[in-house]
Amino acid sequence: MQQFLESFLPAGPLVVFVFSIIPLMIILVYALFAIWLERKVAGHMQDRLGPMRTGGWHGWAQTIADLVKMIQKEDIVPAKADRFLFKMAPFIAFAASYAAFVAIPFSSGYIGSMIDVGVFYIVAITSLLSVSIIMAGWASNNKWSLLGAMRTAAQTVSYEIPTVVTILSVIIVTGTLNLMEITELQSGNTFLGFLPGWLIFHSPFMVIAFVLFFIATLAEAHRVPFDLPESESELVGGYQTEYSGMRWGLFMLTEYADMLLLSLLGAALFFGGWNSPFGSYLDGPLWGAFWMLLKGMILVFVMMWLRWTLPRLRVDQLMNLCWKYLIPLSFVNLVLIALWEMIF
Amino acid sequence: MDLFALAFYAFAILIVGCAAIMVFSKNIIHSAFALMFTLGGLAVFYALLYAGFVAVTQLLVYVGGILVLILFGVMLTTQGYFDKVQTRTVNLLPATIFAAIIGILLIFVYLSTDWTLNPLEDGEVTLTGLGELLLTDFMLPFQVTGVLLLLAIIGAVLMAARTRPPLQASQPAPKAGPESQKE
Repeated sequence: MQQFLESFLPAGPLVVFVFSIIPLMIILVYALFAIWLERKVAGHMQDRLGPMRTGGWHGWAQTIADLVKMIQKEDIVPAKADRFLFKMAPFIAFAASYAAFVAIPFSSGYIGSMIDVGVFYIVAITSLLSVSIIMAGWASNNKWSLLGAMRTAAQTVSYEIPTVVTILSVIIVTGTLNLMEITELQSGNTFLGFLPGWLIFHSPFMVIAFVLFFIATLAEAHRVPFDLPESESELVGGYQTEYSGMRWGLFMLTEYADMLLLSLLGAALFFGGWNSPFGSYLDGPLWGAFWMLLKGMILVFVMMWLRWTLPRLRVDQLMNLCWKYLIPLSFVNLVLIALWEMIF
Repeated sequence: MDLFALAFYAFAILIVGCAAIMVFSKNIIHSAFALMFTLGGLAVFYALLYAGFVAVTQLLVYVGGILVLILFGVMLTTQGYFDKVQTRTVNLLPATIFAAIIGILLIFVYLSTDWTLNPLEDGEVTLTGLGELLLTDFMLPFQVTGVLLLLAIIGAVLMAARTRPPLQASQPAPKAGPESQKE
């Protein structure tokens, strides 16, 4: 990818710049699409149509219109808020979310950095997200904001454990933390003659690991049924209460980027990343990017689907689920996967 | 000046500046967030030295763990959420003496050490070697640390459980709040 860019771009820094904003372009286009999709999914789940008018075909331009509206809005900072931290928080949130995309292999030809601690890096850098949310909640000087921020931090810190343990059980099988190498391990060979060699088909315990991973990432992305940090009926808007205009927009963008990040991580860990589901048919760098994004989008769609299917959990139920079920289950599963690896 | 030196000096300024804010700020929350940038800047330094694993661990443990704990501690232990949590200057004389002693020691060490610069080796994989060393040569310290942390967890649970009545069996189960859906 870098050589390809160097072939038609003149200067070195420009190549690096273009190379590093490719995920940003993907995230921006995806966020516009995903917010529209979320509304359409919500509508159709409730036997409505969702946005239909803006732009003509099924209201495709609704999010763009919203974005234009949001840019025009006044940038309001509450009088008693901590101005500096209040203004900084959305940027740190998005920076943390975007920085994590460095270690995601979008296709066999594109990964931001081949660091050998890839997955570990993603886990670590997304912990900045909870700090920035505390920053937003505290700086807003508002009860709901602070309560929402505290819930977020408690939730993220708790659910990081099952996420990391399930990721660890994948690492036991692959023996590397680099997502590119993990994806390469899943290419080519087929399992039972017809299934692709994805890790989810590796052993029955991998399916359990994926289910645990998916539940934990739902909580980390603050999606329903775990959207307590911003539950409107209790907290108005959680840490976003005092934000308006483009700063609120950045939080929204962060939220959707986080969804995509965790979905792509799930796709790379369990569903073969950029590998084609048909073996070597429709394979290659460009098709790889297509498959990777398609798999990510399917997981994002499942997240949206769940939002209109499940009611929200209470705080104590949330913590119960994590500490009493997910963490013990994920540890048992880790041991079982390790045994499976030893025996077979 | 190459990119590495530029990054080094930029982050050095960031670290020192944020450390100064952390020490001199009257607002303890501001201190905590300044600490975040200091610790994050140190992680960048490790990354610049090709110690990727140490950099990521620094981020995860200090920024993701300890900093969140500090913020929680400050927010949960103060009476009102929104009182500006002020710091005071106490024990001025002992603090000055200790600071002076430590400062002199640091300057002495800085001046007396023979600083040798090793050339960096690009793209060295540190993770595999680290794992092997932890499970062979440093097995005992590794296990002892694990046991220590386990003891700390058990102790924390014990302390947290003691301040509360054993079980609230007589109290009716709290009812779920009214649920409404988004949008």
